Amino acid sequence: MFTAKTYLLASSLEEAYDALQKNKTNTLVAGCCWLKMTRKRIWTAVDISRLGLDSIVPDGDTLQIGAMASLHSLETDPAVKGFAGGILSEAVRRIVGVQFRNCATVGGCVWMRAGFSDLLTALLALDTTVCLYHAGQMPLDEFLTSPVKKDILTHIIVRGGQRRAAYVSMRLTETDFPVLTAAVSLLGEDWRVVLGARPGLAARCERAENALGTGDRDAAIQAVRDDLRYGGNLRASEAYRRQVAGVLLARAVEKLAGEGAAE
Amino acid sequence: MKVKIKVNGKLFDKHIPNDMMLIDFLRKYGFYSVKRGCESSNCGLCTVWVDQKPVLSCSYPAARADGHEVTTLEGVLPEAEVFGRVMASMGAEQCGFCSPGFVMAVLALKREIPNPTEEQAREYLAGNLCRCSGYASQMKAVMQYLKEGYQ
Repeated sequence: MFTAKTYLLASSLEEAYDALQKNKTNTLVAGCCWLKMTRKRIWTAVDISRLGLDSIVPDGDTLQIGAMASLHSLETDPAVKGFAGGILSEAVRRIVGVQFRNCATVGGCVWMRAGFSDLLTALLALDTTVCLYHAGQMPLDEFLTSPVKKDILTHIIVRGGQRRAAYVSMRLTETDFPVLTAAVSLLGEDWRVVLGARPGLAARCERAENALGTGDRDAAIQAVRDDLRYGGNLRASEAYRRQVAGVLLARAVEKLAGEGAAE
Repeated sequence: MKVKIKVNGKLFDKHIPNDMMLIDFLRKYGFYSVKRGCESSNCGLCTVWVDQKPVLSCSYPAARADGHEVTTLEGVLPEAEVFGRVMASMGAEQCGFCSPGFVMAVLALKREIPNPTEEQAREYLAGNLCRCSGYASQMKAVMQYLKEGYQ
């Protein structure tokens, strides 16, 4: 487990940010679920749980989600459940268990930029902006490819509540890391196709989006198999993931179409 | 650092190591129902409630609990005993090591989703691993307990 010489329960974002900059080992404590499995030697652990960053604020077609909002709150909040077909609620509900999801935070998931993240897959299928205390706002896809700097993710803004969206994942066992995740969303004729846990970071597939736009689902399936990079690990081989990618995309599109019919 | 944590209604005003986790705090002060299991945030053995929400005490910094109310199995014993009897009557318990965390999760489920379907209950309790029961008898006991509406 990590060790920390001091623990700061920050009373303001400014205090937390300043503390983070003082020593290169100083670390922000979000949900702590992942951090506690590391052997980091931290000088000051900076806790931002008292800064009121756990709110979820709906505003028309937009959701503002605080960095310290728990994953379980995404499951239960009525505004999130009704946003873009409930894709964010659906994406987190198979992550370990309720007691884990009450600890794990949205900010921690986004900041980690983990390849296995269910939430990032879903967020990329919507219009998500990341809000950082120092660096300001940037689109999620830009944030995911930016070099990591010491900053504080205060909240995310998710636009696209009118989008129809669907999320599917494949797991070897119910609460395990996903073998592969897929999300699709549609607004007018604008498709989004995202594949995650490849096992690399979630990524969009533009050729698949264009193919779906022309109604050619088979071409879209082929595109996610051809255009995205896949890898192998103890959960699945590269070839297996490549095959499953097409299947998950088909399932996600069917799910989205089914929801549309139900509407 | 100094913390004030209320555990099962009793206030603990203590100095703690800065990197102490809630499970260690609780066990240090005698709440031995809180079990250490996987140490990788996925077995649910160490489940306690912080402000009535189930959390993993192995992943929850004790410093963060300052000013909050923690509930362990010792704090809900009468209710836990009722569920325990249902478990025992249905042969749903074997070694019992996972039971404290499991019971805390079941009682949290009862509060959060008063009349869950079996699917909802399974999903809610998915974060509690048991290496000997096989879950089938546990789920029967849970559904029986919830159906009977024990108070």
